[in-house]
Amino acid sequence: MSDSPDSKRRADGGTATERTRGEELFADIDLRREHLKNRAFLGLIFAASMFGVVALALLLLDVVTDFYVGLTEFEISLVQFLTADGSRRPERAGFFGAIIASVMLMALTAVLSFFVGVGAAIYLEEYAPNNRITRLIKANLSNLAGVPSIVYGLLVLAALVNGIGVGPILLAGSVALALLVMPIIIVSAQEAIRAVPDGVRNGSYATGATKWQTIRQVVLPSAMPGILTGTILALARAIGETAPLLMIGALFVNRTPFGPFDRFSGMPTQIYAWAAEPSQHFIHLAAVGIVVLLTILLSMNAVAVYLRNKYETAV
Amino acid sequence: MSTDTDPGPGITGDAAATDAKQRNKRARQVLFGCAAFTVLTTLAIFFVLIDNAISYFYGARATEMIFLGVEPQSAVGLIEFLNVRELLAGEARWAPEHATPSHNAWPIIFGTLAITVGAAFVSIPIGTATALYVSEYASPEVRSKLKPTLEVLAGIPTIVYGYFAIAFINPVVLGPIAGLFGINIGRYSMLSGMLVVGIMTIPMVSSISEDAMQAVPDDLRNGAYALGATKYDVSVSVVTPAAISGIFASYILAVSRAIGETMAVTLAAGFNANITANPFSEIMTMTAYMVSMARGTSAIGTIEYQSLFAVGLVLFCMTLMMNLLNDWFKRRFQEEYR
Repeated sequence: MSDSPDSKRRADGGTATERTRGEELFADIDLRREHLKNRAFLGLIFAASMFGVVALALLLLDVVTDFYVGLTEFEISLVQFLTADGSRRPERAGFFGAIIASVMLMALTAVLSFFVGVGAAIYLEEYAPNNRITRLIKANLSNLAGVPSIVYGLLVLAALVNGIGVGPILLAGSVALALLVMPIIIVSAQEAIRAVPDGVRNGSYATGATKWQTIRQVVLPSAMPGILTGTILALARAIGETAPLLMIGALFVNRTPFGPFDRFSGMPTQIYAWAAEPSQHFIHLAAVGIVVLLTILLSMNAVAVYLRNKYETAV
Repeated sequence: MSTDTDPGPGITGDAAATDAKQRNKRARQVLFGCAAFTVLTTLAIFFVLIDNAISYFYGARATEMIFLGVEPQSAVGLIEFLNVRELLAGEARWAPEHATPSHNAWPIIFGTLAITVGAAFVSIPIGTATALYVSEYASPEVRSKLKPTLEVLAGIPTIVYGYFAIAFINPVVLGPIAGLFGINIGRYSMLSGMLVVGIMTIPMVSSISEDAMQAVPDDLRNGAYALGATKYDVSVSVVTPAAISGIFASYILAVSRAIGETMAVTLAAGFNANITANPFSEIMTMTAYMVSMARGTSAIGTIEYQSLFAVGLVLFCMTLMMNLLNDWFKRRFQEEYR
C-alpha cells in the first residue's frame, strides 16, 4: 500500500524534499513486520476459536468413551438401564424412574409457564404503554433472566416445600423450573409476536375488530410456530437443570413417581447422585445417563429446528 | 385473514360491540397480571431470602417476629458472618454444621470469586478472539459451522460439564500436570473448576460480542482500509473499540453466570472450604455449600438450614449487582449507528 504514493511522486519527477518527506512518512512502517503481525494475529484467534470446538469434541468423546466402557466393562445392560428404577446397588440401578419424573416435570413446567409467559409477552408487545411500570417490568425481566437457577430452588424450598409444607414433591420441582424458564419463554414469544407484520394487524382493525379479537384470531395464530419453538427450547433448558431440583430435595429417591404429588428424582439429579459416588461403576452409570439425557435434548432441539424451518416461510 | 361471511359481533349491534370492548378490557387486565407476575417473582425471591436470612442472624424469621411476636435474639452476628479480621489473620473458617461451628463466610466467598476470576481468564480472551475470528475473518462456510458448534456448547446442561470435570479434566488433564509439581491431586481441584466454568461461558462471550461486532457498520471498516490499515488494525483498533459496549456486556454476563454456576463447580471444585493459592487443592463455592446442605439432612429451622438463605442472599445480591451494572452499561455506552 505504501509504495503507490512513492512511485507516483517519482513519475511526477518530485523534488528531493518531497521524496524525503514521503520516505519519512513511511519510514516506520516495515511491511514484512506488518504481514507477520497479521499472520500471527490470525493464527492466534483461529487457535482460540478452535479451543471451544476442541473442548466440545473432548467432552463428547469422553462421555461416549465412558458410555462404551460402561456397557462393555461394567456390563450395564441398556434394556435394564432404561426399564429399572434407581438402586443403591450399581448392578441393579436403572434410569426409568428418573426419565418418567423428568417427562412429568417437563409437562407440568410447560403448562405452568406457557400461558403466563405468552400472556406477559402479549401484554408487553401489544398493550403496554410506554410508562414507568412497563419499563420496570422490562428491566425486571432482564434481571430475572440472570438470577442463578439455584436461587429459584431456594425460593420454592422456603415458600412451598417447607413454607406451605408440601414436601419435596414433583409439582414443587416444576414450579421452580417454570419460574426459571419464564423469562426465556417471554423473550422468545415477544420476538415471535414482533415478527408478525403490522399490515396484518391493521387489516384486522379495519374490519372493526377490537385489539383482543385481533390478537387472538390474527396475531397469535401466525406467531404460534415461533412461540412454540421458543417454548421447546426453553423446556430443553429446563430438563437439564439440576440445581433447583437438588435444593428442593430431589435426591436419593429411587422409585418412579406416581403423580405430581409424589417424591421424585429427575434425570439430572440422578446423574449427579451417580457422578458424586466414588465407585467407578456409578461414574459409568452417570455416563450412560448423560447419553440418554443428551439424546432427549438433541431430539427436542431437532423438533424446534424442524418447526422453525417448516413455518418460517408461512408468515 | 379469513374471508368468512360471518359479519362479526362488531357490526351487528351496539350490545355486541360493548361486549367485545369489555372483553378486550378484561383480556388486557389478565395479560397485565401475567406481566406483573414476573415482578412478583422478583419480590418473592427478595422476601423469602431476606425473611429467612434474618432468622439466621436473629434466631427468628421477620414474619415470625411480626405476626407471632417471637422475640429476636442474636444468633449469628453479621460481624461474625463477614469477619474481616479473621480473614486477614488467616483464621476464617466456614463450618456451620461442625461440632464447634464457625460462621465466617469469607472462605466460600473466596471460593466463588476464585472460580469466577479464573473462569474469566479462560472465557474472556478465548471468547473475544472467537468473536473477532467469526465476525471479521471467517469465510461464510466456516462461520456457518462454527456458530452452531458454539451454540451446542452453550446448550449442554451444566451437570454434563460437571461430569466432564470430574471424569476427564481433573484426573486426565490436571492430574499429570500436578504430578510434575509433586502434588497428588484429589478428586476435586480449584483449577478444574476454573477451566470448566471458563469453557462453559465461552459461547456467551463469543456470541454476544460477535453480535456487537456485526453491528459495526462497514463504512467504518472501509474508511480504515482506505487509510492503508491492515485487517489486524481494523479488527483491533476500529471494530473492537466500536463494539466495546456489547463486548463488555458479554463479559459481565459471563461473570454473572460464573458466580451463580452450581453443578459444574460442585463436581469440579469440591466441598472443602478453605482459602488457598494452590490451584490443585479442593475449595468450596457458595453454591457448592448450598448443594452440600441439600445433600445433608439438617432439620428445618436449625441454624445450618437458615445459613442456606444467608448465603443465598449474598449470592443473589452479587448477581443482581452484575445485572444492574450490565443494564447501566448498556444504556451508558450504547453506540447508535445509522
